[in-house]
Amino acid sequence: MVVKLLAFGIVRDVVGGSTTGVEVPNACSVGVLKELLTNSYPALSSLSSFTIAVNGEYALTDTVIKSGDEVAIIPPVSGG
Amino acid sequence: MVEVKILSTPIDVMHCINTVMSPSTGGIDVFVGTVRNATKGNVVLRLEFEAYERMALTEMQKIAYEAMRRWQLNAIVIHHRTGTLTVGEIPVVISVAAPHRTAAFDACRYVIDTLKQTVPIWKKEVYEDGAEWVAAHP
Repeated sequence: MVVKLLAFGIVRDVVGGSTTGVEVPNACSVGVLKELLTNSYPALSSLSSFTIAVNGEYALTDTVIKSGDEVAIIPPVSGG
Repeated sequence: MVEVKILSTPIDVMHCINTVMSPSTGGIDVFVGTVRNATKGNVVLRLEFEAYERMALTEMQKIAYEAMRRWQLNAIVIHHRTGTLTVGEIPVVISVAAPHRTAAFDACRYVIDTLKQTVPIWKKEVYEDGAEWVAAHP
């Protein structure tokens, strides 16, 4: 399936827009998604870190992504 | 009482203070973040803030309710800006009311410190000769 991803901050610059899509296997975990993303966008590995949020919550590495989930790439935050 | 907002218009500091006022409050601690004119020797012209709003609001609420759980407090307001802010403008206000001042001071510091670590908001520093997303790279 194709996962549609929201991109913020420097990730928006890296992927070239506020959303991007990536083809993933069924029952794809957040950990696998991060590997696929790093392959597609090597610049992500130069960041201090990046995490994945699923449906508005920080996700664990073994969280499984389901069709229709709102998935976001979260670079290091810098509010305040 | 907890109020969290993401705003694209200027933060009303007096609103943040008045909202937490109550007869059982003995003190209100207010943190006002302001845009500084320099970082690490670079002259900063402006900051550009963006938020993953849905998640930022949830994370701000989590922080506020955790502070209410840890300390004896009456009310917390957290307002954060998005958009372009110039030197001296206010990106964030945290207002904490408590029966006694120690809890208000400690909780206010906890809220701003945790916000900076967990809330999905990003700022880009714009200099005379370039720009950089803060904390993006090691």
